[in-house]
Amino acid sequence: MSPVAIDEVCAVAIAEAFRGDGEILCNPIGTTPIIGGRLARATFEPDMVMTDTISVLAANTLPVGDPDAERLVEAWMPYRDIFDVVWSGRRHIVMGASQIDARGNQNLAAIGDWRKPKAQLLGLRGAPGNLVNHATTYWVPNHSTRTFVPEVDVVSGPGYDRVAGLSAAVRDSHEIRRVVSNLGVFDFANDEKRMQLVSVHPDVTVDHVVEATGFELVVGDEVGQTRLPTDEELRLIREVIDPHGLRKAEFGS
Amino acid sequence: MTEDDVVAQLESGMTIGIGGWGSRRKPMSLVRAIARSNLEDLTIVTYGGPDVGVLCALGKVRRAVYGFVSLDSIPLEPHFRNARQQATIEFTELDEGAFYLGLLAAAHRVPFYPTRAGLGSDMLTMNPELRTVASPYPDEGGDHEELVAIPAFRLDAALVHMNRADAAGNGQFLGPDLYFDDLFAKAASRTYLSCEKVVPTENLLDEGTVHTLKIPRIFVDGVVEAPRGAHFTECPPDYGRDEAFQREYAATARDPEAWEAFREYYVEAPSHDEYLARVDARSDEGRES
Repeated sequence: MSPVAIDEVCAVAIAEAFRGDGEILCNPIGTTPIIGGRLARATFEPDMVMTDTISVLAANTLPVGDPDAERLVEAWMPYRDIFDVVWSGRRHIVMGASQIDARGNQNLAAIGDWRKPKAQLLGLRGAPGNLVNHATTYWVPNHSTRTFVPEVDVVSGPGYDRVAGLSAAVRDSHEIRRVVSNLGVFDFANDEKRMQLVSVHPDVTVDHVVEATGFELVVGDEVGQTRLPTDEELRLIREVIDPHGLRKAEFGS
Repeated sequence: MTEDDVVAQLESGMTIGIGGWGSRRKPMSLVRAIARSNLEDLTIVTYGGPDVGVLCALGKVRRAVYGFVSLDSIPLEPHFRNARQQATIEFTELDEGAFYLGLLAAAHRVPFYPTRAGLGSDMLTMNPELRTVASPYPDEGGDHEELVAIPAFRLDAALVHMNRADAAGNGQFLGPDLYFDDLFAKAASRTYLSCEKVVPTENLLDEGTVHTLKIPRIFVDGVVEAPRGAHFTECPPDYGRDEAFQREYAATARDPEAWEAFREYYVEAPSHDEYLARVDARSDEGRES
């Protein structure tokens, strides 16, 4: 088997974010997150349900980016019904972040002043509702001081400081499970709820991560290395979930 | 009715809801009829796609109210992006689920629906007119939870595109997702429904089950037969998205001259039939339909 590539490490790191979720809607957005989610369900989280990214829940492991793949349909899930799941809390989403800060505030909306943005991005999308209802993981394929910033220009998905003063219902539902970047894995599992480095990917140093981050990262004494995919995970990624290597596009290769 | 008959019943300054979702089953023949009319100063309420982009690029839009504006295979609608970056439109950008509640409140004729979506985010900063409301019921801790009150979208008119309908206005979707078209119809004072094909009422169950008959005629005020009326957006199972045409449309956002030519030739084609003839006359090179 050919050597493990960074995109495969990232897919496994995203899969790991779903560990322990059980019977919920696993709802990753984007190629690498979808590979991670489908990998988690195909291995250690078989009870999760997943969409075909169109309008049904498919019980089989679908190849990414193939709208014609045969589906084992287990439920109809048109777009409107997604909100019933969001508001039920039984969902864990993986979203991108054009900017993210130390408290987990995410910006997908705009760069600059939102009244007349320098760059209009995707918008708030579903981030405001997602964050106050269920678990969220962020995927940032281009870790730099431009993406990991001291302050985001617009808060699409609120971080821990923004929800601290809100209702118990909101605080109980709000969880930023992980942030996975092309350099490492991060979480907020400390008393201050600040972003901390959990592990670095192979061939990445802690110093490199710190330099590429535009705010003070919490770095413990023991930073591990992100775990490598197992042979079975590599087989699933390469042969079943992403046989055409769509995951490579996000990594500039 | 024709598209132009529908537009004759609309007025400048109206709030108009548009069904479909992104670049999917948009009533584009009706949108183009607005484009070639004198209507202006419109508030457009929609899960936006090229409807918003076209009308913004033509200066028809005073305010856009949306959960997003996307072309799906092109994540951000480029003409809408121009309008936002040049600040040529007012806008109400809402969480995608919060937007749904604005439609639902209008359909149910209540002033608002409460939600947690928006709390803690800049949705409230960007929309200072949004208010919160305290629950009249205490939670387990005795607190009265604060929620965002999403106001009802009062629509003067709604435009939706269905796969089939009968002449009385009973609408049928045959694709995988109705989106919110039934709610747009119920939220509006007047609803105009275009469809791929008008069929006799007794044939409404020929192609789909009873579950596909989601828009009853009591919510519909006019029917327009518009084959390929959603082009270039998708309208499954009748046809998919014309991706080549969509790419050509999107590219005009970077080139004012190209946009002028595209606008004149396609967007402002004098009728839907003439539009389709021009689309079909494009060289086969690069076509994908």
